[in-house]
Amino acid sequence: MSARLLVRSAGPGVTLQDAGRRGHLRFGVTPAGPMDAGAFAAATVAAGARPDVAAIEVSLGGVELEAQGEAISVAIAGGAFEVRCDGRKLPSACALRLEQGARLSVRPGPAGAWCYIAVGGCFDLPKVLGSLATHTRSQLGGLDGRALRAGDVLPIAHLSTAPASPQQILAPWLARPDAPVRVVLGPQDDYFTSRAIKSFLATTWRVSARSDRMAYGLEGATLEHGKGHDIVSDGVALGAIQVPGDGRPLVLMADRQPTGGYPKIANVIGADIGAVAQLRPGQSLSFAAVSIEEATAARRALRETIAKGAQLVAAPGDLSSEFLLSQNLIGGVSDAGGG
Amino acid sequence: MLYARPRCLDAGEAALTVEFGDSVDPAINARVLALDAALRQSAPPGVLETVPTYRSLMIHYDPLELSRTALVAYVESIEPAPGTGLEPSARWTIPCCYDPALAEDVAIAAQQLALSPERVAQLHASADYRAYMYGFAPGWCYLGGLPAPLAIARRAVPRPPTPPGAVLIGGGLALIGANPMPTGWYVIARTPERLFSLPRDPPFLIEVGDVVRFESIDAATFATLGARAARGEIVARRATLR
Repeated sequence: MSARLLVRSAGPGVTLQDAGRRGHLRFGVTPAGPMDAGAFAAATVAAGARPDVAAIEVSLGGVELEAQGEAISVAIAGGAFEVRCDGRKLPSACALRLEQGARLSVRPGPAGAWCYIAVGGCFDLPKVLGSLATHTRSQLGGLDGRALRAGDVLPIAHLSTAPASPQQILAPWLARPDAPVRVVLGPQDDYFTSRAIKSFLATTWRVSARSDRMAYGLEGATLEHGKGHDIVSDGVALGAIQVPGDGRPLVLMADRQPTGGYPKIANVIGADIGAVAQLRPGQSLSFAAVSIEEATAARRALRETIAKGAQLVAAPGDLSSEFLLSQNLIGGVSDAGGG
Repeated sequence: MLYARPRCLDAGEAALTVEFGDSVDPAINARVLALDAALRQSAPPGVLETVPTYRSLMIHYDPLELSRTALVAYVESIEPAPGTGLEPSARWTIPCCYDPALAEDVAIAAQQLALSPERVAQLHASADYRAYMYGFAPGWCYLGGLPAPLAIARRAVPRPPTPPGAVLIGGGLALIGANPMPTGWYVIARTPERLFSLPRDPPFLIEVGDVVRFESIDAATFATLGARAARGEIVARRATLR
């Protein structure tokens, strides 16, 4: 029997993503791709897959999968999600072999908004415009251009095997320091009053409930435009901070449209956009302006760290007993905050 | 207004917006397309993708392969010959059905413009348009050259998802839609052509800079051409100009 993953359950917003759809921005095609590219890289590399293959992006909705046909090796990395294989609790970032029939559940844990499940091999699904990345709004990529749901079957080709015992992934870049998010001001910072720029950099912002793969809304202040809020539409980069007429900023994420008509006060730097993505609605952040040179140096440092690769060590053996103990002591309460 | 020198604006450390002017104007857009063409012909390594818009070109690049300084120097070294980018490479004739049954918003648009629906259709089909840019969703093509009497502001509240192949006006511009999307523009006709179709090769038809003209067809022709387009056929006509 051929290897496949059965989706036993999936909350809203669980999708297949690869590195993103490139080369068609000029025709209005959204790039999509992972919300947290660093975590995506940790999972795909640890699974022994090429960095350009697809992985399952798990949202705060959580997912449960079952290996069918053959044993399937998987690697999981992202936010501090709760990962279990047949009930056994595993580290949030881990690589393991799912024996045939094994069930893997990945649900929101203490922190983080996105988590990636990569397979040893690749999903045997057709690419659309050169990519498997799902963009649900334009119904492209993934499985029929939509989010995964219970009953979906994901065929896997070029299967590679992992060691039988679970391993913990040590990827230093997954730890996000609690520091201001670095931005480069512009391209339309001249559309704002100097008071608005000061307020933008001084405010402690909160991620709003109106946040999804397209944009994260920010609450905390209203930014005043100096020259109106309509510009002649121009290009939009990942991490652009757009301020529409209501003065409430939006950070444009993986599912952004390639062009837009509102002034952009600043752009989150490439090295920090993954940390923004991992914030949940209600969590706070602040911004610090840096130069292009600093932004480029941070990007280089992150890329070099990722290139060195993740370390795989034996998963701590006491997790399962700790899990059992917690079950005995507090019953089902540990699940109360999840899903 | 066309700037004396293009402005290079940073959109983070991995994208540069090269802005040639501050308005929707064929001469400004021509400069955008001239730089776009130069980059597509021989871009320095590290340029990943370009996105032409009305008055600026966004250059997505890898700053670890190509420094901002080197990219800006390259951009400034491109001195297009006068007129470059202004000459369209193709003229498209897009079949367009103004039948009131398909023109969902023509009554309300006509009322606001103080014109009859027939006059709206007549004026719309009388002009040569320039394809300025794509945006919003795959295959949604923004056109300049809308006759002045058809200039209408966008709706305050978006209308429900458009029918496929919606032909729209709004914000002083014209627009051809592809897949259904909610929009603040007005649907005044429909084309049986698909500006974005998979797995047709090519999936997109019109290049930015091309000239577009609408040809009025009746409802029966709309149905016939629609069936042919559904089979993957291109039903718009393309004439090469250079």
